[in-house]
Amino acid sequence: MAEIRLEGAEVRIEDADGASRTILSPTTLTLTEQRIGVIGGNGSGKSTLARLVNGLVEPTAGRVSVDGLDVVRHGAAVRRKVGFCFTDPAAQLVMPTCVEDVELSLRRTVKDRVRRRQLALETLARFGLAERADVSVHALSGGQRQLLALAGVLATEPEVLVCDEPTTLLDLRNTRMIGDLLLSLPQQLVLVSHDLDLVRRCDRVLVVEDGAVRFDGPAEEAVADYVASVDPADPATSTTPGRTSPA
Amino acid sequence: MSMTVGLYRPGTTPLHRLPVGVKLLGLAALSVAIVVVRGPLSAVAFLAVAMVLALVGRLDLRVVARALRTVLVLAVVVALLQWWLFSLDRAVESLLDLVSLALLALTLTVTTAITDTLDAVIGWITPLRRVGVDPERVALTIGLAVQSLPGTLALALETRNAARARGLERSPRAYLTPFVIRVVARAHETGDALKARGIGD
Repeated sequence: MAEIRLEGAEVRIEDADGASRTILSPTTLTLTEQRIGVIGGNGSGKSTLARLVNGLVEPTAGRVSVDGLDVVRHGAAVRRKVGFCFTDPAAQLVMPTCVEDVELSLRRTVKDRVRRRQLALETLARFGLAERADVSVHALSGGQRQLLALAGVLATEPEVLVCDEPTTLLDLRNTRMIGDLLLSLPQQLVLVSHDLDLVRRCDRVLVVEDGAVRFDGPAEEAVADYVASVDPADPATSTTPGRTSPA
Repeated sequence: MSMTVGLYRPGTTPLHRLPVGVKLLGLAALSVAIVVVRGPLSAVAFLAVAMVLALVGRLDLRVVARALRTVLVLAVVVALLQWWLFSLDRAVESLLDLVSLALLALTLTVTTAITDTLDAVIGWITPLRRVGVDPERVALTIGLAVQSLPGTLALALETRNAARARGLERSPRAYLTPFVIRVVARAHETGDALKARGIGD
């Protein structure tokens, strides 16, 4: 497994009125487990934490590295190592047909067109999308679209895969399908999710609140901590509207 | 907008197999000829050529009908004007010429994958690398521009429906403000996604 290391990594932004706001307080972590879950409320900073890992967000202080490669100084090299999957595949799929989108990922590594197409088709087949190769990406179902987004990211065989709420837009069947797929990958996985069942299957889970990691440990304990932080009274029978109660 | 996007149909006809450069040059040459050669008779001849090419490329009749509807309306209006201002000959010529041009362009779109066009464009502008042009980037920009149309259209429909649901269909601000913000946000997301995939590094 790769070693993802945050050393006092902090993210601050300037508001429109010039005031400085902390998105992520200085955080120090060393992640070497195969499956790492990240949970927390909306706007807690977990997406920012995930984006630090491949340099999509750069720390304003401290440093972030993957296997010793600094994400700011060696951004391109880090992104070759670390794949990233977004919540909404519509933003990620940029080519008209499925096979063309996977080919786009392979453009950098495979210069030969025939070989590139063949590899793209093999990747699609691996994700059960072989018959949809020439279909428009807009004609796919939500689950298939996320599957294709994953195929596009995994085609280049990164060592680490970061997923920012990959199942949030999916129905139950597709959530299970994508979840099972993610957890069966040989890649190291950093999974940001609101799906507590999925997160329970991770080896280590971080709970993020107000821009800081408030709990870091085994999955069950982390989920219990998160649930308790939302409704300390009795989470199991919570009916508070707008809050996630555990299934 | 649906006229130019996502119309590509894979196939094995001679037109599908022709190199992109030849197809684009052919389209350019035929288009110039259609405009330069005058008279209703030649217009009929050109339309026949365009139709034969469409048949060779095995264009779906429904796709053709849908794509040419708008062009046809425009062409009829232009033709009526010309009939009134000039002569019936001129009117017939411009009507048929416009339809031929649209049909040829459509044939190219249906028989050519965007990836192939991108590869061809990359090939042509590679000599410009010396003056600092990155061919891959230019080709990707063209591809992105084409591909973002259906997504933007979907956002427009969604925001319009949202405004309507709140009874604000008469307020352009209630519709345009969220639409613009969402298009820009989508652009940022796409930029992030491209960066994450290492495209442009």
